[in-house]
Amino acid sequence: MSRPLWALTAHELADALRQGQVRPREAVEAVLERWQSTNTLLHAYLGVNAEAVRARAERLASQAPQGKLFGVPVAIKDNICVRAEETTCASRILRGFRPPYHATVVERLEAEGAIILGRLNMDEFAFGSSTESSAHGVTRNPWDATRIPGGSSGGSAAAVAADSAFAALGSDTGGSIRQPAAMCGVVGLKPTYGRVSRYGLIAFASSLDQIGPLAKDVTDAALLLEVIAGYDPRDSTSAEVPVPPYRERLTQGLQGLRIGIPRECFVDGLDPEVRRAVEEAIKVLRQLGAACEPTSLPHAEYAVATYYILATAEASSNLARFDGVQYGWRNAAPRGSLLEMYQRTRAEGFGAEAKRRIMLGTYVLSHGYYDAYYARALKVRTLIKQDFDRAFERFDCLVTPTAPTPAFRFGEKLEDPLSMYLSDIYTISVNLAGIPGISVPCGFSKTGLPIGLQVLAAPFQEERLLRAAYAYEQATAWHTRQPEVAETTPSR
Amino acid sequence: MNYETTIGLEVHVQLATRSKAFCGCANNFGAAPNAQTCPVCLGLPGSLPVLNQAAFELAVRTALALNCQITDRIQFDRKHYFYPDLPKAFQISQYDQPLSHDGHLDIPVQEQTKRVRIHRAHLEEDAGKLLHEAGDGASLVDFNRAGVPLLEIVSEPDLASPDEAFTYLTRLKLILQYLEVSSCDMEKGTLRCDANLSVRRQGEAALGSKVEIKNLNSFRHVRAALRYEQERQVAALQSGQRIAQETRLWDAALERTRPMRSKEEASDYRYFREPDLVPFSVSPETIGRVREGLPELPESRKARLMRDDRLSSYDADLVTSSRRLADLYEATVALHRQPKAVANYLISELLAYAHVRSLEIEAVAVEPAHLAQLLQLIEAGAISRPVAKNVFVEMIESRVPPGEIVTRKGLGQISDGAALEGIIAQVIAANAQTVADVRAGKASAFQFLIGQCMKATQGKANPQRVAEQLRQSLSQQTGGS
Repeated sequence: MSRPLWALTAHELADALRQGQVRPREAVEAVLERWQSTNTLLHAYLGVNAEAVRARAERLASQAPQGKLFGVPVAIKDNICVRAEETTCASRILRGFRPPYHATVVERLEAEGAIILGRLNMDEFAFGSSTESSAHGVTRNPWDATRIPGGSSGGSAAAVAADSAFAALGSDTGGSIRQPAAMCGVVGLKPTYGRVSRYGLIAFASSLDQIGPLAKDVTDAALLLEVIAGYDPRDSTSAEVPVPPYRERLTQGLQGLRIGIPRECFVDGLDPEVRRAVEEAIKVLRQLGAACEPTSLPHAEYAVATYYILATAEASSNLARFDGVQYGWRNAAPRGSLLEMYQRTRAEGFGAEAKRRIMLGTYVLSHGYYDAYYARALKVRTLIKQDFDRAFERFDCLVTPTAPTPAFRFGEKLEDPLSMYLSDIYTISVNLAGIPGISVPCGFSKTGLPIGLQVLAAPFQEERLLRAAYAYEQATAWHTRQPEVAETTPSR
Repeated sequence: MNYETTIGLEVHVQLATRSKAFCGCANNFGAAPNAQTCPVCLGLPGSLPVLNQAAFELAVRTALALNCQITDRIQFDRKHYFYPDLPKAFQISQYDQPLSHDGHLDIPVQEQTKRVRIHRAHLEEDAGKLLHEAGDGASLVDFNRAGVPLLEIVSEPDLASPDEAFTYLTRLKLILQYLEVSSCDMEKGTLRCDANLSVRRQGEAALGSKVEIKNLNSFRHVRAALRYEQERQVAALQSGQRIAQETRLWDAALERTRPMRSKEEASDYRYFREPDLVPFSVSPETIGRVREGLPELPESRKARLMRDDRLSSYDADLVTSSRRLADLYEATVALHRQPKAVANYLISELLAYAHVRSLEIEAVAVEPAHLAQLLQLIEAGAISRPVAKNVFVEMIESRVPPGEIVTRKGLGQISDGAALEGIIAQVIAANAQTVADVRAGKASAFQFLIGQCMKATQGKANPQRVAEQLRQSLSQQTGGS
């Protein structure tokens, strides 16, 4: 094989492993080597349990190849529970927390033969769009190490882009899979709410969170979704909807597909280079046989405001349990009262953005403010959902930019939360509506930064958006471009 | 000036499901600390609740028995507060859309029936328990109770006195026991009660300031605390003071209430819909099925026993005062068609047996067949009543049929004239002075002699026969001298 093993896509590797051309141990060593040579610069990974990874590879080597991901190392965002592995949501407050159980998605990956490779960096509790709020330090963009990888699944996107993971899982509450995928030039898929079990995903906003794949190409995204999707009796919000064989359905083409282009996405604040790339992509889709027409999502402008009320409200509730009593960080100053223990623990354990969101969420749920904020936001959420319902009566898919700009520089938006929040302007309404969305590479800026195209479909129509994304990917070469990551020898 | 008292009660009942409300952990009392926990009831990050269908159905069952309306759409809310025994820092509860509402419970008040309205009954989860026994100032938490299903039953402020409150609680507990939804054991905390009381001048339209009383560990404490609180408030009003709306704790040792520290009171629970549990509708079929499964409740059972078995109101009340007792009664009557005798025996002997040993009726195992046999033995004259009392105790404790006990121990009643004759002769010989007293016309002396005969036979002698034969013997001796 001319390419190094770590450069293979997950499905290529899976085929090679199944045919016995590659042994699980070789795949593991290749990716571990790549991890070691890139992680000092990129810091995509928070931790890799190399010993456990090798042991698992050895165990698999003694078996006949079985499962869709037999022997394929897959890396996991740090908010998805892996039994006995420290899982911290990139927060100090969960320091030392080792879940006694696997998330359902981890069980499903392992059941298909995957090797859980390591834990990936993220914004603390997935609060952010740049991975700068991690308590463990930033992750750098493989295309330009002076820039953020996007977020919150920045570690997942950077690792896949830098080939230090064959594929990764992330989570998406307002764009946290799609936006970093766009900024790192990889494929990121946020499934329909309820498509993938959330059991074992440490909750940010329970009504918006979904786990999904970050992958080197659309085929890999389809492959991973096939493995992790499906009903889970442990998650009441997971849907009893059959999981189609997504990979088999990729090649149906775009002939006759009706694609809507929401006008509201092409307004002020959209970077001209991103606009141009997306418009070019739409031309390609047309050439492939899709009927592209403008449409409207009239309530789109309220999405960010609505989201920051609902998501922070749920976050303030979900993060209340981090109180120093059972696990994680605790300030046990002697002779302090219980209240002081809570206050010190949470003051020390949470970073600035987590505190900001807890305060916002607490405020909007407070007596006297609930109706003005939370209850009203719920109503607007319904309107946003109805916008999409109407659009999908006419269209099979919608196409938008994934993010308004390519990756920005470290610190650029850190002191201005509002501009950071606008980074998710095209992705947020998708979570509010609960529909699936995918980001695929659709070009590069003049300075060589990747740009992403977002494709959306009606609930449980992942098949449709994968089909559109695949046809586009096959017609273009963006996904074949690789970043030049300066390799370094790890300090130890 | 006269004052009116207004009382409302909030009762928390632990539902007797096999597993907890939102996970598969066992729901039972007495396991080693934290032995019955899992990621869900420990609130570990990433875990999710799933509603236990059995808990839901027990809640509906109770709500229907309390004549409540079942809401169309079942949903849950999060109630937030920080406390170490609350692992998620919120309790899954129901806020603005309770599972059921607008029911009622009828209670007897001064020979009349009073209808107490039920405001709502909703499902929620219990918290863990803090243990302060480490001795080094540290507190430990036992999460076995965390996630146990609770039904909170809130009455309207329809109760006018501490006694009415006591009656309401007694009736409510009786119904819950009939429904078999809870063990209703206040000592183990499977039934808990908070009370709200206010006092106003007679004729005033507005209710007085409401005081909530917590830490009530038995129905008697509820009544005592309400009496105390009623007096305290009336005295305060009489001396021109205002009543503060507050929460007070009952101190059973000092027999008084005291204000709870304001810190102990959380003010804003920031309720919002629990996003991890999907709202669902209850079908009329489900409600119909649960309704059909309702047992006969004490009120109608009492009426039926008075009508069909001709029991007095008093007897029927006692017999139906526990489902267990009523079931035992009916099963025994089915085998031995003497309702009055069965009721009497249960009321006099079984209740006494339980009372002396401080046992709940539910804790006493009596086989209906054994009880029926015992009553048959008594009626046939095969054993005397005093012997029957002992056989009853032994039959309960050994679970051996009474007939077998009587045969094995030779406890059969002595009615045989020849056998009694010798005993009577001995007693007469040994009690010359008493015999003289009898002859002098002293009736109590005659009873004493009968007693001596009974004693000599360990109670086996047939008392009527003894009396007859003794009278005969004494008259013969008189005649003979």
